[in-house]
Amino acid sequence: MTNVAVISFPGSNCDRDIITAVNHITGTQPTQYWHKETSMEKHDLVILPGGFSFGDYLRCGAIAARSPIMDEVMEHVWRGGFVLGICNGFQILTEAGILPGTLMRNKQLQFVCRDVTLSLHHTQSNAILGQCDDNRQLVIPVAHNEGNYFADPDTLKKITDKEQIALTYTNTGAANYNPNGAINDIAGVTSDNGRVLGMMPHPERKAEAIHGGLDGHYLLTSIIEAAS
Amino acid sequence: MSMEAEHTTPDQARDMGLSADEFDRICTRLGRIPNLTELGIFSAMWSEHCSYKSSRRWLKTLPTTGDQVIHGPGENAGVVDIGDGMAAVFKIESHNHPSFIEPYQGAATGVGGILRDVFTMGARPVALLNALRFGEADHPLTRHLVSGVVSGVGGYGNCIGIPTIGGETHFDASYNQNILVNAMAVGLARADRIFLSAASGLGNPVIYIGAKTGRDGIHGATMASAEFSEEDMSKRPTVQVGDPLAGKLLMEASLELMASDSVVSIQDMGAAGLTSSSVEMSSKGGMGMEIDLDQVPIREKGMTPYEIMLSESQERMLVVLKPDATERAQAIFDKWDLDFAVIGRVTDTGHLVLTSRDAVVADLPLDPLVNDAPEYDRPYDPPSTPQPADHTTLVQEMALSTALKQMMGSHFLASRRWVYEQYDQHVMADTVIESGGDAALVRVHGTNRGLAVTTDCTQRYVLADPYQGAMQAVAEAYRNITATGAKPLATTNNLNFGNPEKPAIMGQIVGAVKGMGAACSALDVPVVSGNVSLYNETDGNAISPAPVIGMIGVIDDIADAVGIAITDTGLSVYIIGQTAAANDGWLSNSVYAHVIVDHDHPDAPPPVDLALEAKHGDLIRHLTKQHLVAAVHDISDGGALVALAEMVMAGQTGADITLSPDQLTHGWAFGEDQGRYLVATSDPTALEAAAAQYGVEIQKIAVTNDRQELKLGDSDIISSTELRGVFEHWLPALMESKPR
Repeated sequence: MTNVAVISFPGSNCDRDIITAVNHITGTQPTQYWHKETSMEKHDLVILPGGFSFGDYLRCGAIAARSPIMDEVMEHVWRGGFVLGICNGFQILTEAGILPGTLMRNKQLQFVCRDVTLSLHHTQSNAILGQCDDNRQLVIPVAHNEGNYFADPDTLKKITDKEQIALTYTNTGAANYNPNGAINDIAGVTSDNGRVLGMMPHPERKAEAIHGGLDGHYLLTSIIEAAS
Repeated sequence: MSMEAEHTTPDQARDMGLSADEFDRICTRLGRIPNLTELGIFSAMWSEHCSYKSSRRWLKTLPTTGDQVIHGPGENAGVVDIGDGMAAVFKIESHNHPSFIEPYQGAATGVGGILRDVFTMGARPVALLNALRFGEADHPLTRHLVSGVVSGVGGYGNCIGIPTIGGETHFDASYNQNILVNAMAVGLARADRIFLSAASGLGNPVIYIGAKTGRDGIHGATMASAEFSEEDMSKRPTVQVGDPLAGKLLMEASLELMASDSVVSIQDMGAAGLTSSSVEMSSKGGMGMEIDLDQVPIREKGMTPYEIMLSESQERMLVVLKPDATERAQAIFDKWDLDFAVIGRVTDTGHLVLTSRDAVVADLPLDPLVNDAPEYDRPYDPPSTPQPADHTTLVQEMALSTALKQMMGSHFLASRRWVYEQYDQHVMADTVIESGGDAALVRVHGTNRGLAVTTDCTQRYVLADPYQGAMQAVAEAYRNITATGAKPLATTNNLNFGNPEKPAIMGQIVGAVKGMGAACSALDVPVVSGNVSLYNETDGNAISPAPVIGMIGVIDDIADAVGIAITDTGLSVYIIGQTAAANDGWLSNSVYAHVIVDHDHPDAPPPVDLALEAKHGDLIRHLTKQHLVAAVHDISDGGALVALAEMVMAGQTGADITLSPDQLTHGWAFGEDQGRYLVATSDPTALEAAAAQYGVEIQKIAVTNDRQELKLGDSDIISSTELRGVFEHWLPALMESKPR
């Protein structure tokens, strides 16, 4: 049984949604931590949910990345623990320096909320994807203002060579298949030990039949199993 | 302590929007001349926004009761029983003038304000909707206003984490200088845990929670109750500034506080801020209140009592606590890092007494503030009943597909995707049906129950015939809710009109309220909350009247819900309800008349038959519950062929029309006769039997195909892809075009 923790910051607004989805998959309620907390039990998987931590009035995730609880998350990472950051959680992980690159304002300068088609890249370098099929396509929605992934050429080369690009927006032929202008269509990256994943799309929003698809359920199930 | 002895004048009263008669009335009731702070409080409480002085006489005629109603108008929002011990709490409210002056903040604070009205009652908001009206597409301000309002609506809702899943956006020249921004919020609460605003308990502490008070929005309620002029663009300081993070924290802290058995009563500081909240809470409870203004958390130094009382700074609430609850409440607000201050206490004097620096700065009896606002029986011209346009002169010689394409690419019907993709529609992970169809549907978290929600109003119908037009708005909302499979429960309304002091405008109000009342009674969807926005005029030009209807409905099992998309081939498509006599539909004042004929005239809109609406609604709910239909769409703007096109485009399929060429007239295809739906079924026999059982006329009109085309006749075929291109092109093209 995977022991999951979910961290809430002021302005997190997808914490309940990911808790519901994890509970749906594992049958157990994840442990919830408030950003002010200074200690954390041992967990197999720590999830940083989506939202607008601290209103995102500064750079997204910048203040949350300096919250007391992040010292605990950092320790968990150093111990080789699994971490999933979704949307604002991804932004927090890049701001904390746990994941490479940064997330800039969407190219079209507008919030975007819709389904996107993603390609999974499952290699030896990203253990967190567990039993996911390499090259599988997933339809999962995005909802963000700042999802335009960017990394400098050296970083980009490094994460490409080390196969840390776990998710890309699939070129379906539609003009706007990439919803935010992310470089190399990057939708999600892993840490160099392959155990931390940050992704802009929201798997918890395709986790039940009423969501009109179960691709998020597939991805979350694989991640939870990988972390057990 | 002694009272400040400054005296006000009729001129000052006029500047605050009070007439000379109203000033006299205040002086008579008080037995003295009010000071500046007191006059400010009177002017806010007696503004149209707070007192409904022009509309109350007519609003009282609306149906507000029913078995499903827990709390009707008079509270922060309406409360309706949805079964299983749960209640839906909902309301719509306008933020028109602020959004024209400062579109982003105006729209954002409109959303924030309506959310507070809902969570103030102990309900967790679960859905946001809106109704937006902008000027003509090529008016120089339109793109700026659309862009700002849409990002403001999204900016607040997305950040606070409530899905924006419904709404409507329309364009009309009458809104060139006076846009409409109406926001609706729907929340869920346990039916036995609803919080009200009436203060009680002599000596109970009155606490202030949320953000600090600044100088923003002073006298906003008064601004919302006056006509507009070009000079008012300089009124930017009266627009409030929203902080959705503060709103989120206040929402979570308030819900936590209400769950902690600490609260006697609670009200948000919306329009007229601390004034309306303190006056309404104490008067509703038959009590009084003392407030020490020096304890109010302020953002700027040197704020006067007048400014503190009239500020409309956002994200603030006033709470009466249980006597022993202060420490418990303080701990909750410390956790959320929000301001918390004991600023007064409940008294039994029937007076609102304000002190500052040990002096009484205002001492007002509550009764005249709340009950003696003038109620005007304003003279009105009953609107004349318009004639329908001559049908034969409307019908044009052109292929159906050509007309269909022009209409789908017009501002009336073109896709609003550019708008709704800027709204987070999925947060809370309970969205079952999102924007782009009829009503939206959210699951009641943790259950299989669903809540259907919609906003509707066809203002060109209302302009032509306020009575029929308002009935139509209710009927269309009823059909939109019904089309998901849900049962309509109750209504909220936002009456957007011009200056009620003009008899022609007052006539529109009277006609629309009567039509709305008749429809809400007949369809059993009582009005449980609402908002009035009058004086929507700029330089003497009134808007097209828009009595916007917000409606909610409930479906017992979301597994029975259907959408508009036809995703399967070989299905039979039926029209439920008969097109007007001789199969030639109602084209007068239709989208066809406006777009194809360019006949821009307020001719008679289609009449509404409320008994038929109810009967057809019952049939649709039977069909969805029995799983006899795979898709349902109501027929409204543009008529039956437009509805069919929308269904196949949404499902990426096509359809072959099976009607004979002589049946397939322009009147049939584009007539806007009311009370009708399209349904798609794989079981025509069962469908026909059910219709016969309910005594409803139906007709098979098409069979769906996988060729991604609409085949309208042997030589009249249009591909769904081409149609989608036209449908999706208009709004993005407008927003990307260069300023003129």
